[in-house]
Amino acid sequence: MKKSEQGKTLIAAKAAGLVAWAAVMVFAGVAFRQHRAWKEPVVLGPGVTAVRSLHEWFAPLKGTENDCNVYVLDSGLPGSTILVLGGTHPEEPATNLAAELLVENAKPTSGKLLVAIHTNRSASTVTRPGEAYPQFYSIKTAWGQKKYRMGDRSANPLDSWPDPETYVHYPSGQMLAYMDIRNINRTWPGRPNGLLCERTSYGFMQMIRKEKVDLVIDYHEAELEYPVIGTIVAHQKAQEVAAMVSMDLSASQFRIGMEVSPRTLHGLTHREIGDFSDATALLFESPEPFLDRVRGATNEALLLTGVDEFVQRAGKAGLLYWPIDEKGWPIEVRVGRHIATTSKVFEVWNLLYPEKPIAVDGLPGYGDLAAKGVGAYFADPASVAKDRVAFE
Amino acid sequence: MNQAVMLLYYATTAFFAAMMAWNFARAKDAQKALLYLVVLMPFVMRLLRLK
Repeated sequence: MKKSEQGKTLIAAKAAGLVAWAAVMVFAGVAFRQHRAWKEPVVLGPGVTAVRSLHEWFAPLKGTENDCNVYVLDSGLPGSTILVLGGTHPEEPATNLAAELLVENAKPTSGKLLVAIHTNRSASTVTRPGEAYPQFYSIKTAWGQKKYRMGDRSANPLDSWPDPETYVHYPSGQMLAYMDIRNINRTWPGRPNGLLCERTSYGFMQMIRKEKVDLVIDYHEAELEYPVIGTIVAHQKAQEVAAMVSMDLSASQFRIGMEVSPRTLHGLTHREIGDFSDATALLFESPEPFLDRVRGATNEALLLTGVDEFVQRAGKAGLLYWPIDEKGWPIEVRVGRHIATTSKVFEVWNLLYPEKPIAVDGLPGYGDLAAKGVGAYFADPASVAKDRVAFE
Repeated sequence: MNQAVMLLYYATTAFFAAMMAWNFARAKDAQKALLYLVVLMPFVMRLLRLK
């Protein structure tokens, strides 16, 4: 082939490559952008008295991705103040769905509830294409499908980058994996001049102190291969509450364990909130087969039904810490566990601290939620006044 | 300080993206040119704050 022909062939190949490159970039870029910008509507239920932003307790968070909504459900009557955290790990959807269910349905009749649906909002704007995570999932309701961002465990690197070589937790000095600097359940109690998650934790700690929060409940989900599952992890100040809730629920509704937060494992809500404020803390774990390493096809169906033949096979081989059968662990059961455990915590709290009660109406029971589905408790945003809809 | 480090990382990303584009333009081998384009993708995605 002559030199001039070779040159023409090269130019043609480069031009074709550039066109293909641009097509891939546009396709992927639009998909990433749509996911990051997707807004989830939340209908403010009868108990919501205000929607505040986290920056109101720590101004430097203003304008950051983690300046999340904080829903205030105030009975106007004296009692305890309880903060509920959903979406600490946005790859655990039962957590933000349970928190949203509280916002749309709970009506305190004494005391006050504060609810964050996306505690680490930045982590809900990124997912894991490399692990075939879906970008979105939808919950069926009476008025249509409600679409949600599927998130990741850690904050979006677009909002917190670069990670350190080794993450040294403040103030304990404990060394943790580099990416845990973006995992908000490793950055408590936070620091005002740290990276995004440290600042976010610090903002929540400021809120806990200024609002005189008595108890923090942090919702989570876990893989069945992980030993901390189907349980309540309690700071030692909340041991009694957790033990009574565990015994009562295990005898009456579903099996749930209880364990005390390790004193030397740092950065977690159930350790640092109790140590660095007057509040105490509980963390709930429900089973999410989607997170298991031995899972099969990773898709929205697995996320919502929790049915997977490979995880079941691992269970039959005795390799799991939590049972699973052909029914799997559907989202309504997982959300139902969180809501029922929350209701029972309120009940036990009132027995132990009658001088600071918390009473909440409007929450569905475990059986109702499991039978009707989560979507039955979400109102149509188009059916209410615009000022009764917030966006996540 | 954190902001300064982040800006440095973006500057480094821009430098590598520019080098990759330069290599693509000068490549005499079509296979190498395509390879430069593929490697360029994540750098541009980060600079555009898409991924």
